Amino acid sequence: MFGDYSIGDLGAIFAMQGFAGLILFSVYVLMALGLAIIFGQMGVINMAHGEFMILGAYVTWLTSSFFQSHLPSLFSGYFFVAMILAFIASGALGMLVEWGLIRHLYKRPLDTLLATWGLSLILQQAYRSVFGAREVGVELPQWMMGSKQVTDTIEVPINGIFVMVLTLGITMVVAYIMYKSRWGRQVRAVVQNRVMAGAVGINTEKVDRYTFGLGCGIAGIAGSAFTMIGSTGPTSGQLYIVDTFLVVVFGGAASLFGTIASAFTISQAQSTMEFFMSGSMAKVLTLLTIVAILMIRPQGLFALKVRK
Amino acid sequence: MSDEKKPGLHSPLRRKLLMGMAALPAMSLLPRTSFAQAPATSAINTTGLAVTDTEVTVGILHSVTGTMAISETGSVQAEKLAIDQINAMGGVLGRKIKFIQEDGASDWPTFAEKAKKLLVNDKVAAIMGCWTSASRKAVLPVMEQYNGMLYYPTFYEGLEQSKNVIYTGQEATQQILAGLDWVSKTKNGKSFYLIGSDYIWPRTSMKIARKHIEGKLGGKVSGEEYFPLGHTQFNSVINKIKLTKPDVIYAAVVGGSNVAFYKQLKAAGIDLSKQTMLTISVTEDEIDGIGGENIAGAYACMKYFQSLDNPNNKEFVAAFKKMWGEKTVIGDVTQAAYLGPWLWKMTVEKAGSFDIDKIAPASAGIEFTKAPEGYVKVHPNHHLWSKARVGQAQLDGQFKVVYETPELIEPDPFPKGYQ
Repeated sequence: MFGDYSIGDLGAIFAMQGFAGLILFSVYVLMALGLAIIFGQMGVINMAHGEFMILGAYVTWLTSSFFQSHLPSLFSGYFFVAMILAFIASGALGMLVEWGLIRHLYKRPLDTLLATWGLSLILQQAYRSVFGAREVGVELPQWMMGSKQVTDTIEVPINGIFVMVLTLGITMVVAYIMYKSRWGRQVRAVVQNRVMAGAVGINTEKVDRYTFGLGCGIAGIAGSAFTMIGSTGPTSGQLYIVDTFLVVVFGGAASLFGTIASAFTISQAQSTMEFFMSGSMAKVLTLLTIVAILMIRPQGLFALKVRK
Repeated sequence: MSDEKKPGLHSPLRRKLLMGMAALPAMSLLPRTSFAQAPATSAINTTGLAVTDTEVTVGILHSVTGTMAISETGSVQAEKLAIDQINAMGGVLGRKIKFIQEDGASDWPTFAEKAKKLLVNDKVAAIMGCWTSASRKAVLPVMEQYNGMLYYPTFYEGLEQSKNVIYTGQEATQQILAGLDWVSKTKNGKSFYLIGSDYIWPRTSMKIARKHIEGKLGGKVSGEEYFPLGHTQFNSVINKIKLTKPDVIYAAVVGGSNVAFYKQLKAAGIDLSKQTMLTISVTEDEIDGIGGENIAGAYACMKYFQSLDNPNNKEFVAAFKKMWGEKTVIGDVTQAAYLGPWLWKMTVEKAGSFDIDKIAPASAGIEFTKAPEGYVKVHPNHHLWSKARVGQAQLDGQFKVVYETPELIEPDPFPKGYQ
């Protein structure tokens, strides 16, 4: 397939393809980060993760409609406001859910799976009733659309760069919170030994609530960002959930670094194979590889070493 | 009370009562005289369908929950509008249409179960419903076993024909061939890149398209790609498209993937006003989610566009918006769903009966001159004769019609040489 092309053309394509892989990597990290925090730190399998993302997307849509009709002069910057609002909305809903549902099930991890799955169905139907069954179109400001011409032949999508920068920023903030801040130390203490953490005066219930809220809030930001590249409808969250779980489980549940490494591996494999074979086949091969690796290393790529 | 005042046998009051009683049978005839042209129920319904002297029940069977609710909402709206309008005109054979709506919930076994419920418990005279081929395939055996009548609105892959189904959408050749002919002639398209979601409809459609491109048009297919339903990352295939530089991208991507595909094409710098894109899976409904600015310039091949300029359509669009709101849009399938109740009404009136065995053969040759798409006629193979049209997507989410086949195209669900 490369016979008819000049070296320059091929170089350009490979550069763009490499970039496509990096964008996919950023997308995977962004969607998996929230889930990894909740799953890794709390052991809760949050099946409603996709719906928290879509809440963020709907908030973005509402914000864009509001700016269009009331503040058209500030429209070009609305996206940043939307992301903050998405974080607040999803985070608040997350804390509410933790308070009303999840905290009663900490001792029954399998039941959280069922409960959050039910929650995801409830949320889907709620979106359908409130926003309608049809997808909504989120309008982007002009500067976020189109692509940037790097050389004559290489162009990279602006929204891709945006997602990459955003992912980098959020990952750094999360890493800082988890590993450098006082609150992060409390979270890790609760993960390692809940009773002991309580005994030394950590309010474990509060830590749980904020951890869950943080995870859901990041999902909201991810959903907001994905309005640039995907659809916004009541069931759009389902499009992301499988890939998200794949990334988290493959990376090793309790490790943020594992999540990032696994997102990198899966995205590069996926985008390279997609280039050389058909989309469905690439997906099949990716999944097969992951299954094979998980059979050898059931704990995922990177597992936290804890004394059992 | 004295005896003198008790009314006797021949008292005036008694006489009035007797007269009144004598008039009773005549009064009971009154409703019948006001429905002078309505035939007796026993004569037009010999199989125990839910038909009374004043009402006939039909079923509406679509998904209003689950993934497919996005697409099927428009069909439900169109069918309810048609039923409303038919009732306002006096109904079918003098009977008002009552509908029972069931939710297929985007789940194919549920569709089959609900179809059975509608036919066996509710004894509906017809079902307007189904959207995906998978749901139709699940419902088909039920329709045939219990002898029902299904009006199916979606354009689909063909290769099917049943006594118990009227297909009001296009089968594949009606939608595909004319569009390819047009793009090859006017856009000088020689090389085609085929891309679709990975299930029966895109695969069958692409097979027909490939045969037509290679066999009849003398063009070449430079790539053929399928992606799992719900796929959201198209950057790799977009790079491949850039590398192969096809004259035409021919797309049948559906659902949420559709939105991702066009947004990412736009972001990757593929300008659809320069790169010819012909799609068979984007209607006004889908553009709502994709956003007009992301798809403006692309061409779609359908039989109906909301912007069609004819009096029937103007009336239809106005009525639809009045019933469902100014902001609703009407896509190809929505219009096809609107045809269902009307075709059924005309067939029943032609057959003079609600019996399925009488209306199945009576369907052939039914003409609907008030169809928003213009004029349609039912073929003996239970599909519709229809025109194919090419529209170019505009920024406001509407299509501008740029081509229309001069003649109605004959439906050919089992096309020779394309299988």
